[in-house]
Amino acid sequence: MTVKQAPELYLECESITPDSFAGKKADEIAKLPAYQGKEDTTLGEYFTIAGEAGATAAETQIVLKGDCSKMKYIGIKMTGGEVIVNSSTDMYTGGWMKGGKIVVKGDVHSFCGLGMEGGEFLIEGNAGNYLGASYRGDWRGMQGGIIRVKGNVGSDICTFMNGGELIVEGNADVHIATHAEGGKIVIKGNVNRRVGGQMVKGEVIVFGKIGLMMPGYKYTKDVDLEVDGTKAKFSEYIGDLGERHPKRKGEPVYGKIFLKK
Amino acid sequence: MPKVVTDVTCPFCGTLCDDLEVTVSDDNKKILSVRNACAIGSEKFNHTSLPGRVTRPRKRQADGTFKEITYDEAIDWTANMLVNSKKTLMYGWASTSCQAMSVGHEIAEKVGGIVDNCATVCHGSSLIAIQDVGIPSCTLGEVKNRADRVIFWGCNPAHAHPRHMSRYSIFPRGFFTVKGHKGRKIYCVDCRHTDTARVADEFIQVQQGYDYELLDAFRTAARGEPLPPTIGGVPKEKVYEIVEELKQGRFGVIFFGMGLTHTLGRNHNIDEAISFTRDMNDFTKFSIIAMRGHWNVTGSGQVLSWQYGFPYAVDLSRRNKARYQTGETTSVDLLVRNEVEACFNIATDPGAHFPIDAVVSMSKKPTVTVDPHINMSTEISDIHIPVALVGVETGGCAYRMDNVPIETRKVVDAPDGMLTDVELLTKINARVDQLMGAK
Amino acid sequence: MSEFLIKNGHVFDPVQGIKGDKKDIAVKDGKIVETSALSGSAKQIDVKGKSVMAGAMEVHAHVAGPKVNLGRWYRPEDKLFDSHKIPGMTRIEGGKSIPTVFKTGYSYARMGYTFAMEAAMPPLYARHVHEEIHDTPIIDEAALPVFGNNWFMLEYLKNHEIENNAAYVAWTLNQTKGYGIKIVNPGGTEAWAWGLNCLTVNDPVPYFEITPAEIIKGLIETNEYLGLPHSIHIHGNNLGNPGNYNVTLDTLKLVEGYKAKNNFGRKQVMHATHVQFHAYGGDNWGNFESKAKEIMDYVNKEKSITMDTGNVTLDETTTMTADGPFEHHLGGLNHLKWANVDVELETAAGVVPYIYNPNITVCGIQWAIGLELALYAKDPMRCFITTDHPNAGPFTRYPRVIKWLMSKKARDAQIKSFKYSDKVVGATNIASMDREITLYELAAMTRAGPAASLGLSRDYGALKPGMNADIAIYDINQDNMPSDPELIEKAFSGVAYLFKDGKICVKDGVVVDNGNKRTFWVDVKVKENKQVMHDVREKFLKYYSVNEGNYPVPDDYAPHPYVIAVDATQ
Repeated sequence: MTVKQAPELYLECESITPDSFAGKKADEIAKLPAYQGKEDTTLGEYFTIAGEAGATAAETQIVLKGDCSKMKYIGIKMTGGEVIVNSSTDMYTGGWMKGGKIVVKGDVHSFCGLGMEGGEFLIEGNAGNYLGASYRGDWRGMQGGIIRVKGNVGSDICTFMNGGELIVEGNADVHIATHAEGGKIVIKGNVNRRVGGQMVKGEVIVFGKIGLMMPGYKYTKDVDLEVDGTKAKFSEYIGDLGERHPKRKGEPVYGKIFLKK
Repeated sequence: MPKVVTDVTCPFCGTLCDDLEVTVSDDNKKILSVRNACAIGSEKFNHTSLPGRVTRPRKRQADGTFKEITYDEAIDWTANMLVNSKKTLMYGWASTSCQAMSVGHEIAEKVGGIVDNCATVCHGSSLIAIQDVGIPSCTLGEVKNRADRVIFWGCNPAHAHPRHMSRYSIFPRGFFTVKGHKGRKIYCVDCRHTDTARVADEFIQVQQGYDYELLDAFRTAARGEPLPPTIGGVPKEKVYEIVEELKQGRFGVIFFGMGLTHTLGRNHNIDEAISFTRDMNDFTKFSIIAMRGHWNVTGSGQVLSWQYGFPYAVDLSRRNKARYQTGETTSVDLLVRNEVEACFNIATDPGAHFPIDAVVSMSKKPTVTVDPHINMSTEISDIHIPVALVGVETGGCAYRMDNVPIETRKVVDAPDGMLTDVELLTKINARVDQLMGAK
Repeated sequence: MSEFLIKNGHVFDPVQGIKGDKKDIAVKDGKIVETSALSGSAKQIDVKGKSVMAGAMEVHAHVAGPKVNLGRWYRPEDKLFDSHKIPGMTRIEGGKSIPTVFKTGYSYARMGYTFAMEAAMPPLYARHVHEEIHDTPIIDEAALPVFGNNWFMLEYLKNHEIENNAAYVAWTLNQTKGYGIKIVNPGGTEAWAWGLNCLTVNDPVPYFEITPAEIIKGLIETNEYLGLPHSIHIHGNNLGNPGNYNVTLDTLKLVEGYKAKNNFGRKQVMHATHVQFHAYGGDNWGNFESKAKEIMDYVNKEKSITMDTGNVTLDETTTMTADGPFEHHLGGLNHLKWANVDVELETAAGVVPYIYNPNITVCGIQWAIGLELALYAKDPMRCFITTDHPNAGPFTRYPRVIKWLMSKKARDAQIKSFKYSDKVVGATNIASMDREITLYELAAMTRAGPAASLGLSRDYGALKPGMNADIAIYDINQDNMPSDPELIEKAFSGVAYLFKDGKICVKDGVVVDNGNKRTFWVDVKVKENKQVMHDVREKFLKYYSVNEGNYPVPDDYAPHPYVIAVDATQ
């Protein structure tokens, strides 16, 4: 699919998923709906479409060319297949995805990978805020799957995370894994502040520096870990001691922050 | 003979004092005096007779000056703008009545608007926090009758809610608090020594931007866990000491404001304060209340919630569903990202309060502002429609900071020929129907 | 005005004893009339093969007010992907467990309901309740102000001043446009203002030194002194805890010796609500079991009680109640977001989301208990179906609850689907109960019974000429009942027709007219009582945070009132 005109505002592209395209030919795909506020339009108005989809989502690959930085909801709720975007994208990319793979060869805006349940999401540029977070008010955040970011991420990353994995090659801002109850986050750069605030359970591994450790975290010991191919010594901190923690065999299970020495 | 109207509700701040007495001239046109209100509230009533008051709509001309037009012309222009725009921001609502909001929402649903209120730049962060962790709270009368530990965290009622301390939080002698001020321990946590701090028994100075960490420390101390030597500039010994004092109280309450909503982390700061309050309920009775600013921003949140399920930033632009995502459907984000085509402001002043990038964005789009006054928003609008002062020249329901609904009253007539918000919105609604029927 | 002749339907009317006979129903000018009263121009509606009943009446749901709204806005996730504009004369509707007001009105109407009682109105927030009632389309509504923890009441009843308490209740009903006397966790919610509770009917309230039993008895006496259309409506102490059935029996037994006194045909002196939550045995969650039989043995015997079930629907929902301490306790158990509001001098409210997971034994037992209560009921005119919406489940699940009540096959399928069905069966009686509620019994449990209990049986709950033309017609035929129970659920999910005040508001499940909903409230006249007025004045001056002059709900909040006048000045 190639962008043929930019939307005046932002285009809501919830139809661009392997699941909606499965079993359709180009002209049928062009008729799928897209929206800008109260204007109901079609994908064909904004994209030229070539090729045809596979019979199922898993057999469908969507390649987006041109500038998609004002396209929202690409890949939302997909269960399989592939979406490859050759530019940056806007909000909600990969939101609630259950399977398959999304590659964005650029930046993504905020609320991407929201409530992710499975699949693979690769971001070659930077990500905005709320990557892999839960929808507002929901205590069930990211459940599974893996998100990998080559650049930096913003704030409110993986709030209420329950499972799955996030790997960030660059830096992160504030509020990482707030309220997490599971899952694993690796940040290879530096983090500004507020890692693991109110974390009940889960792991955050930081290779670089943390601007200020939350007061609810206590250093326990040094450990040797292999993380995403790197072997090193890390300081282990447990917490958030201001928060409740479940017990296993009578002993509390804490969240953990590992800081590379 | 002038007459005295009693039980008048003040339409200024979230304290929503309802014991005002307004003396009105015999012909019902002039306010002669206001009793019991604070200086700010009294001034609001005096606005009815401000010299130079605008009583008819104005339209910006090509040369930047304004020319007077009729209400009908303004209504027609506004309705056309709403009908033709793909996505319109309909912002404000915090200083008008619930009845007006209801009509406004009908219009938004028809034309594809996004209805947002002042919480978006104020206590929206608090609402987000409550959506994440809930809130143990109470009405202001409970504070008056029971509280013996009162914490003002990041708020300054001495300036922003002047009668709060005398009506509810520090001085009143309630049923179980006959000693008044002397029976309460008052704490003030702030980055600077405010006028409210002067009234407190204990002032804790926290480094700006470290409230989240300090609240985490309070929670950690409450669980008897270890702490680093200082947190946000506050020594850990002080933290343990205060938590112990709070545990010994019978009824604690935290009031909070912009110090938490607008510093690093925003909703997370309030989240942590609420979580601390919740933890304290394991030891004693504890509540927390947000110091809402505008006198009816809470009301806008209530009406939006019962009609659409969300308290602000309600995106009705698809017209067949209501969506909410603060950070996406909030006014400042919509403006800065240029995600709306037109703006309709009512009962607030975004020109004065929004970040400059958002104001510039608004100034480049067709904009209508409905407000009794000339303000910074009207000056960047295409049309300014003045209306009667709600709570003074027309009544309607309002919600206090603790969500208690109190009726505002009409005490004087509006200037001849002026419309109220409800009347104006009803006419815009009808004109929208005509235009959309004709399409 | 409009005339309709509803022909060939099977009528179910427990008041007139019509058990599915084919009968024509005539509607004229908003009322049911004799067929002979119609002119030739009456519109004929053929409902052959369908069931015709009076509009259903919801006797207890949390649908309008501050805690309902708090539930709405603090759960945006309740509307994620669940906000729609459904075809018909409708506004946008949304919310799975706590619907917006538009969805509330439309959803009830689509299921054949024409009336809903807002279960708990904090008097200080009455204005808010009425704003929401006003915005809720189609259905008539009323609201019950809460009295069980009110400071005036605690003081009057401590001294057994029934006349003063009655004057205060009358004053409050008038100020708040309320319907009757609601009691929630008597005494316990005032204790909660200090973080405490009253877990039995004999635990004294801190400072006020009166027991829940004294509160309940005093309010029964007050209610009958005034002759209100409804009886006291009570959510008893110790809700939700294993072993609480004893406290429930203690509460129910307080009716002994009292007689209903009123001009509305009401026979009960107590309506016990959402009894499912109060019928628990065992003493911890491990040996938790059903005591529905023990409770119903007493209810069946004691004719001066009506009750509603509070059926668990096995959904993710939101609990909300004026039982503040219970909600704090629940939040501590499931660690989900807990909201609480204590209301000065009056009451409190708590909200916590809850998931009734069929894979959890306790939830399966709760589900069974709700159904057992109805299946043990000997008099369907005294046992009504509710979900205590949204506490045990959303009211939109009524068709599913009806399916379970009417089909043992459906119940067995549900039991079999539980992860620990053996444990559920072991702790309950449900698996051995063969009874299937009939359409006639259903009409009693959802229409005629609630109308009688609310004192509205003169005009509502049946299809007698002279009554209001609130009529629901379902696509279900007692002569040809579906073998697949899912079709029962489907039939009750969308009416073929809903008549409200003689106007067709819903056709084939689609809203075609919003009708003229009314706000019902009770206006009681009592002798002038200077003591109570003095007490009111004093408490407003000293303890309330609002002025007395700003307390009453003005008339324009109930622009279409249905006022029931009661004269208690004897």
